[in-house]
This record gives sequence, C-alpha cells and structure tokens, in this order.
Amino acid sequence: MAPASTTGRDKPLGGRFIGATANYIDERTSLSGFVKELGRKIFPDHWSFMLGEIALWAFVVVLLSGTFLTFFFQASMVETHYNGAFLPMRGIEMSAAMSSTLNISFDIRGGLLVRQMHHWAALVFVAGIGVHMLRVFFTGAFRKPRELNWVIGFILFILAMAEGFTGYSLPDDVLSGNGLRIIDGMVKGIPLIGTWTSFLLFGGEFPGSAIVGRLYTLHILLLPAILVGLLVVHLMLMVINKHTQFAGAGRTNSVVVGYPMMPVYMSKMGGFLFITFGVIVLIASLFTINPIWNYGPYDPSPVSAGTQPDWYIGFADGMLRLIPPGWEVVFLDRTWSFNILVPLGVIGIFIVLVLIYPFIEAWVTGDKREHHIAQRPRNAATRTAIGAAGVTMYAVMWAAASSDIIATHFWLTMEGVIHTLQALLILGPIIAYFVTKRICIALQKKDREIALHGYESGRIVRLPGGEYIEVHQPVDEYERFKLADFDTYEPLVVRPNAKGRIPWHENFRSSISRWFFEDRLTPVTQSELDAALAHQHHDLEHVAAEEDLELQGAHERAGVPDAPHTPIDDGRNSEVPVRPSNVIIPEPEPGTKAPKNREKESDQ
Amino acid sequence: MAHEDDPLEHERASWKPSPGLAVAVSDPVSNPGLPPHRARVTDKDPAAMQRAVRTVYTLFYLSIAGSIWAVAAYMLFPIESGRIIDIRNNNLFIGLGIAFALLAIGLGAIHWSKAVMSDKEFVEPRHATRGRDTTREAAIQAFADANEESGFGRRVMIRNSLIAAVVASVVPGVVLFRGLAPFNSPDNPHAGDPVYLLEHTMWKKGMRLAHDPSGEPIRAADLTLGSAVHVIPEELATVSHSDGYLEEKAKALVLLVRLLPEQLTESEERKDWSYNGIVAYSKVCTHVGCPVALYEQQTHHLLCPCHQSQFDVTDHAKVIFGPAARPLPQLPITVDADGYLVAQSDFTEPVGPSFWERH
Amino acid sequence: MVRETTRRSKGRRSPWAAAALIGIGLLITGGVYAGASAAMAATTPETTASSALTADDGKKLFQANCATCHGLNVQGTADGPSLYGVGELAVHFQMSTGRMPLQMQGPQAPQKPVQFTDEQITAIGEYIQSIAPGPTFPEDEVLDGGGNAAEGGELFRINCAMCHNVAGAGGALTEGKYAPNLHTTTPLNMYAAMVTGPQNMPVFNDMTLTTEEKRDIITYLLYLQDNESAGGFSLGSLGPVSEGLFIWIFGIGSLIAITVWITAKSN
Repeated sequence: MAPASTTGRDKPLGGRFIGATANYIDERTSLSGFVKELGRKIFPDHWSFMLGEIALWAFVVVLLSGTFLTFFFQASMVETHYNGAFLPMRGIEMSAAMSSTLNISFDIRGGLLVRQMHHWAALVFVAGIGVHMLRVFFTGAFRKPRELNWVIGFILFILAMAEGFTGYSLPDDVLSGNGLRIIDGMVKGIPLIGTWTSFLLFGGEFPGSAIVGRLYTLHILLLPAILVGLLVVHLMLMVINKHTQFAGAGRTNSVVVGYPMMPVYMSKMGGFLFITFGVIVLIASLFTINPIWNYGPYDPSPVSAGTQPDWYIGFADGMLRLIPPGWEVVFLDRTWSFNILVPLGVIGIFIVLVLIYPFIEAWVTGDKREHHIAQRPRNAATRTAIGAAGVTMYAVMWAAASSDIIATHFWLTMEGVIHTLQALLILGPIIAYFVTKRICIALQKKDREIALHGYESGRIVRLPGGEYIEVHQPVDEYERFKLADFDTYEPLVVRPNAKGRIPWHENFRSSISRWFFEDRLTPVTQSELDAALAHQHHDLEHVAAEEDLELQGAHERAGVPDAPHTPIDDGRNSEVPVRPSNVIIPEPEPGTKAPKNREKESDQ
Repeated sequence: MAHEDDPLEHERASWKPSPGLAVAVSDPVSNPGLPPHRARVTDKDPAAMQRAVRTVYTLFYLSIAGSIWAVAAYMLFPIESGRIIDIRNNNLFIGLGIAFALLAIGLGAIHWSKAVMSDKEFVEPRHATRGRDTTREAAIQAFADANEESGFGRRVMIRNSLIAAVVASVVPGVVLFRGLAPFNSPDNPHAGDPVYLLEHTMWKKGMRLAHDPSGEPIRAADLTLGSAVHVIPEELATVSHSDGYLEEKAKALVLLVRLLPEQLTESEERKDWSYNGIVAYSKVCTHVGCPVALYEQQTHHLLCPCHQSQFDVTDHAKVIFGPAARPLPQLPITVDADGYLVAQSDFTEPVGPSFWERH
Repeated sequence: MVRETTRRSKGRRSPWAAAALIGIGLLITGGVYAGASAAMAATTPETTASSALTADDGKKLFQANCATCHGLNVQGTADGPSLYGVGELAVHFQMSTGRMPLQMQGPQAPQKPVQFTDEQITAIGEYIQSIAPGPTFPEDEVLDGGGNAAEGGELFRINCAMCHNVAGAGGALTEGKYAPNLHTTTPLNMYAAMVTGPQNMPVFNDMTLTTEEKRDIITYLLYLQDNESAGGFSLGSLGPVSEGLFIWIFGIGSLIAITVWITAKSN
C-alpha cells in the first residue's frame, strides 16, 4: 500500500522521483525540520553585509585550489636538482619543496594557474576578513548578543594570517626563507623561552631540514581544521542570532526585514560565490604572483632588494622597521632585545584591545539589551573615532613595511620615509581621532537638520519683501525615520552605593563614559518632528503661493494668461538651469505676429 | 529605538535587561512601517521580464561555452616545450575560460535574483536569544539532578582528584614535543645545546676565506679598492646538505671589503684583525638575521634590505641607522704564506640576532 | 522667467566648418614641424662626420663639456672626481646611459637622455684611456648571451639581487641613492658596471667574478629581459608590495563594487 500523503498535495513537488528521494532522506535524517527552519529564513539586504562573504567564498577558492596543489607539492627539504622546463633553474640544487613548486608552475598544465589562484585567493581572503571586521566594528554589530562571535571572528583573522604565512613559506624560496629567518630572529629575542622555542621550531639550528614539513602540517591539517571548525561556529551563531540590519522604516529591534533564503539569498550568495571565484581566476590568469623562479631556492646568502612579507603580515614587518637604533641592553648577564619586544608588545596590546573591545563598550554603557539594529558610524562618534585612530595606526605600520619601495618610487630618502612614519605612528592616530570625532558629530547635526528642516534643494527664491531664501524640501517619512532612529547614551553620574562609598571602578567608568558620550546630540522626538513639519509645510505653502503669482505674471507678460500652472518642482522633475519654467511660448501661427511682450512695451 | 514596545524585552517575564546609559526618550519618533512596494520594470512590463529571463539563460549558456573553451585551451596550449611564452598562453587561456564560465554563472544568478525573482520583502520576528524561563529552569534542574545523582558537587575528593588527573594526563603528550629538536649524542655532543651552537661557527684559525658559492679561496691581492666579496669558509664546500651545509653557512657568512688603511678606525685590540685595509664582517644582521649584503662603495656603509639597518664599515660596523642594536661581529683575518686570506680564529662573539642567553 | 524658444538662424556656413578649419590648421602646423625636423635631422653631424673621431677630438669634447667638473687635465675638482684610470669602459657606461654630463648635484647621477653620439662617446673614451689606461671593452664573447643562465642566476642572486632586486627591478640604497632597474641595460653596460663600479656600486674585478661568470650573469639578465613573466603581468616585479596594493585596489575594489550592485534594488 502506498503511504498516505501527509502533505495534502495530490502530486509530489518536483515529481515522483524527487518526492521519493526527499522522503527517503527525511525518514533517516529529519531533514524536513532543518528545511522548515532555515529554508525561508529572512536575511536583510545591504552591500556591507556581503563583505564577510568575500572572505567566505575566497576561502572556498583557497580550499579547492589548495587541495589540487597537495597532489603535486612535496613538503620536503631533502636536496634534489630541478630538471624541468624552466631554464634558469635547471640543474640548480634545491629542496624538493622548491623543486615540486617549480614543477607545478612549469611542468604541469594549468599548474601555474592553480598556484596563482591559490595565492591571490589567500590575499583576498584576509582582505575580505579585514573589510568585514571594519564593517562590524563601525556599525556596532559586535554588541550583545554578538560579542562572542566577534571574538571568534577575530581569532579567524589571526588564523587566516597564520595560514597565509605558513603557506607562502612552503616553497622554500629566498623571499619566504628570509621571512622565516626574520621570524627566527624575533623568536630568539623573546626572554627566557626564545632560544629554545626557536630550537624546537626549526628542529635544531636555522634553517634545519624540518621546518617546511612542519609548516605543511600546520598549513593543511591543524590550522584549516581549527579554522573550519570556528567558521562553522561563526556562521551558526550568525544564523541563531540572525543578522543585524540598519535602521529604517518597518525595521525594529524585534524583526528582520528582507528576503528569504530560498530562492533570493541562495541565488545571491551562490551568484556571489561564482563571481568571487571568477574574479580570482581572472586575476590569476592575467597577473603573476609570487614568482618563486626569480627568487631562487633558499640559501642564507642571497637576499632581494624589496624584501617584504605578504600584505597581511606587513604591519608587523613595518613595526620592526620603525624602531630606532640601539634598543637593546645586557642586564643580569642576559640580553633584553627591546627592538623586538617593543614591536611584539605594541602589536600584542593592539590585538588584545581589538579582541576585547565589545566587552569594554558593554562595560562603559552598561547596556544589557540585545541590539539588532546596526548603527551608522556617525551615530557612535567616539567609537568611530577610536576605530579611525586604530586604522591609522595599522596603516602607518603597514606603510612602513614598504619604506624602501616608497623611497625609490617617490624619489625620497629611506631615512626620511622612516622618520616621517615614526612621527606619524604617534601623531597619526591622535589627529585621526580628533578629525573623525568632529566629522561624526557634524554629520549628526546635518542629519538632524535634514530630518527636521528638509534638504537644501538649491532653489533660491526671492520673497516679495526682498529677502532671498533657499527652499528646503522635506524628506519623506521613511527617510526621516531612518535619520532619527538611533540610540544616544549619556555619561554616567556616579552615586554612592549602599555603603555610602563610590568604588574606584565606578569613578573610572564615569570618566570613560564622559569621554565617550559627553559630546552628543539630543535625540529627535516625535513632537519636535511634528512641529518642524508643520512649520515646513507652512513655509512651503508660502513659497508655492509666491511662485504661483510669479508664474501667473510671467504668463501674462508672455501673452498666455490662461496657460496652466505646472509646478516647477513637483517632487519628481525639479527645475534645471535650462528649464526655469514650464511655460513655452508657442510659435506664432503662420501669418500672425508673435504676442506682444507687455512688460517691454510698458517700459517705453 | 530606545522607545518602542519591544516584544523582545517582554517575551521573558523575569528578564528586564538594563538599558545602562542609554538616554530614555519619552516621545520617540514613530516607525512609519514598511514603505509601499515599488514595482520593478520587469514586474510592470512582461516584455522586460522576458528580456531579463533571456539574459539569464543566455549567460548560463555562455558559461558552458567558457568551460568548453577552458578544456580546449588545456589541449591547445601545451607547455612541454619549456618556452615561457607557452606557459603564459596556457595560463592565460585556460584561466580566461574558467573565469568567464564562473563569472557568467554568477552574473546570471544575480540578475535572476534581482530582476526575475519576486522582490517582496518579508518581515520575520526575532526571538530573544535568552532561553525561556521554563527552559532555563529545566536546564538548571537537569544539572541539579545530575549533581544529586553523581554527588559531583558534594564529593569534593572525587571532583578535585578528577580534575587533577585529567590535567596531568595531558602533560606526557606535551613533553613528547621535546623531540622536535635534537638531543646531545656521542656523535654530536652539542647537537642539543642551542646556546653552544649559536656561540660557535665553522671558522677556525687558518681556515681560508673562499668565494660564495664556488669555494675558491681568495688572495688578498684579488681585492681592489671598492670590492665587496661574498665569503664562506673554504671547508664549507665539502659539507653536504644533509650534514648541515645550510646551517653552517647561515652562521659563517662573511662580507669582505677593501678600504684604504687610513680610512679605518680601529680599536687597540682589533688593530691586527684587518689586513692592509681589508676587513671581514659577519654578513648576518644583528637585528633579526637577514644577510647584510648591500655595500655602498663610496660611503662605506652596509645596508640590510629587510629592515634598513645600516652599519659603518670604517668604524667596527657600528649601527648608524635602523632597528639593529649591535654592530656586526668582525672576523679577525690575516694572510697565510701563499697570500690567501685566512681567519685568525672564530668570531669572538655569537653572530646573528640576539638571544636571551647572549651576554 | 519665460524663455523664447528660437532656432538659430541658419547661415551659409556649415556646422562642420569650425571642425574643418581646426583640422586643416593642425595638419599644416604638424606638417611644417615634421618637415623642418626632418630637414634638421638631415643636417646633423652624423652624416657629415663620415670619418671617425680621434682621441684629439675626444680631448676637445672633454674640455668643452666635462672639464668644468672633472678638471681641464682630468685631475678632478670639488664638483667631480678625477678620471685617471677609470678607463674608456667607464666613459662609455656613464655617457651612453646619459648619466654624464651630470645636470645637478644630488644623491646620485640619474639616467637621462643621452647627450652625445656614439662616436663622440668613443672619442672621449679614447682620450681618457690615453691619459691613464683603465678598464677597456671586453671580448665579444663575453656579451653574446651564450653563457649558462642558471649559474648566472645563482651568481646574480648572491652578488647583485640585494641592490637590484632578484628580477632586476631596482632597489633603494641609503640617503636617497638607489640601484636602478636593469630592464633596458645593454650587455656592454652590464659588463661595464660590474667592472667599473659606478658611484656606490662595488667593483667586481675579474678575481671577484671571472669573465666566464660575468658572461653567465649577462646571459641571465638577457634572459630576464627577453622573457616576460610566466604568470602574466609582472606588476613591476616588486613582490608582495605591488601584489598587495593591486589586490586591495582592484580585487577588493571590484568585489565591493559588485556587492553594491548585487544589493541594489532592480530598476
């Protein structure tokens, strides 16, 4: 007996075969529950919400291309000779790692393409995480309930950088080998454990014959496993918490407005996967990356002018370059290398601050509600300014990594470049903070003005009394709501606790909250809006009446007193310089004269 | 947003999260609700919809063409000749085919979702992330029951010893990783002593300086003013890679330059470390270990390309710019009976980057 | 406020008249210039000096163009070093790359348009060589590019890449000096630079790099010049800096532009 239909359909959706398959799977996996929950889940639509997808799809490209490469790459430092097609490397003694990379590039069809795809995709991956992180930070999307997701995401960022570093060190070429040498020097500079950590890492003295194999284990096994695991948690949390969305009409903290996963989002996300993939392949087919055949096999002796790590490690290399000479002491029979410890310390503090920022802000505001509305950066002025300062500092460190290339390309001295960047490292963030904060507050004022008084339409009207005014056009109620719907915070006023004391941390919290929220605008209220709107309408009616009179006068002067008054600005077609009015004088009928210009005649 | 009747807050009877320092607005701007749906061209005009549909499937079919082209390119552009132009063409044409195929699918899918699929916006309520009070009660009860039945909380001895045992069980696994680096052995009595290894290089008294990489020894007369020669110990050429060629080379690298004797400022104890204005310095940067290979013939400065540390060859290779903190170690050299440059001894201090135990 | 819509009164002149007038004017001016410069080129000393210049001509050229800085007797002044013993090879290198005559003092003499003809440079070189012998031109074989590119590459990486970059893209030295790129250097100038050590480049005499090794290095550099990068456009061969800049500006830039398109409402 065929099982009775449970769905009320007379024919299975998609046909009998699909129906039977779906039934088979559901009876073994409870898949229908999954589909019911997630199939029509609503996602909000904004371009800045797709930045994380740049990273995600670039990671898919990295995984796929990387898997191909593992079938050909040999992660061994055993000495061999390259005997492939590339002439300048032929016969040269090198490790199997380098030799197999050359083979992939020159002796396997499409091998170079996949290698370049892999490396370009890695650069896009980390850059995608970077822009995604910036978006989350500047829109406050890390607030409750997403603080943990921020932490997970930041760890993913670090893991991605580690993946990149271990990856480009695999071919054992001069550029990445010198990079490993630098890492070795840095590790050795760490007190107490440095010498031994380096010894264990390289399996003895530098360079040893173990490091490439060990980095390979990290690169294809340990780090991807942790990365994928955390990525799954990251995405699951995003699904559970649902995505944030910007304020707007119909959007509240308790709803999500957008399109369903099936079919719209599936299609948009799937499409973006293919586009990201396609863009990366396009770049890989047109542009060389990491030409290891030029660098040659690693040897401690050669080095290239312009030795830099991949872009995402640049900030660390740059920080090393910015330290002035001589920062090292021998104390208590031990060497304290501050020229290494200070960069490590600065970067370490930077990382920790970024990692715990959501908790800092949560502590300052004391706001324990769930936040699902993303903030516009201008509405969180201090946070945006702090972010700008952080970005500036990162950018200065990053720029310092290419100090020699900046010098040659802009006809400067490298000393000048480095001295300038040293100064900017301190001054840049401070200036960026102040400038950004002021810009944010100014933008808030502008928003308030637009919400209450409309936007400047550019139309100057002269009133009969002689004064010139610029007509402000009101924005519609949807735009008004978008401008006015945001939270404001005020500084903490400390009060003594039950014991009559004020704990030091409350005082501290109060001063931080003053720093954050002292400069703020009062939120717009509905009654303010109503009053402003009424005033606006009154003004606009006044102006419209004046314009009507003007039009009528113009029509009379042109001899067409009964022509209809098409308003100059009907909200859709506003006036333009070449069409100041809608009145066109008709061509005179053949045999008749043009109507008289009464204004001219009255002057005579 | 500080205003509204937020169902999230009222979903849980006992949960009233504090708004903290948020300003409470008594009269917030009211939400006008979703704006009316604006019809797209494809919604209003069936011909436009048809065009959009045609665009979508045309893109998908073009994608197939791209994939076929990529396969054809794989066969049409062989690389076995070894010529670079063949590699370039192979890379370019396979890549363009794949890129086109993927982009066409992506563009088609996006166009489909934007112009053809329904663009009706939906409103879905959020649920508070916090569990229901009943759920939380049940969870707490589950733990309470388990605690009761196992006595985990009560039986302190069991609990503490369990935690200690689990922590201890991890330690042998960690200790195994000591094996990452060698131990001392009868054949290599210092193989497991990183500090000893860092403090000694291959250079010995009488060992000839030789060209890198050929291993040909160098005569003092071979060097003219303005020369910079990259040097390895002559014996290094006999060390095989599996016996530590690169490891020895990484410490024994030397740069040899010739100046006029009067251009050199030499301390008393180092007066005989140079030969007739020829000086030898370690090529390993004292910052983090890159080769300090750039020699400026007229300024007599050495520049490391990694982090731009600069050293003055006329004055003990002291640091004049950049993040390095120590001058480059000098190799004492002299000339043997045949006129070849030889080392007088090993370096008198560890070469390369600093490490904790260095004093 | 009211505007009359009138049509332009038609004249006898075609609307294309202005365009035609400008076009004819440009053609005439360009033609005259081309003719004049061709005529001038026809009268350059190239064709009139059918006999080779001698060292004596070289001396005259030297005293007219170089002595202000290098001294009338080649002994050097405060502005320029003595050229005793630099050899005709150095003269060829400096002048055929336009570095000399130096336009102004600075950290380094930059390459710029060549001021003298090949004959004139050779003549000056002969003069300098006659005063005090120095490095001279090599055998043709050294420059023929038939050496071992692989060994040349290895030597290049050890001896040259730290200043000139592994692909010969050039690099920074201290105080505003730089090692130039080698993309258009002639084999003779490659040899000349190695032997004469111009400005802050070290001197690579034949004991440091044998003639055979120099030949190998030249072969390698010619290989780099003759073959484009295997993976596509090389982005200047500057390494991760240009790669990172490219991916941020064009990669992330285009991807973000595409996200704006994806999420924009359809028309």
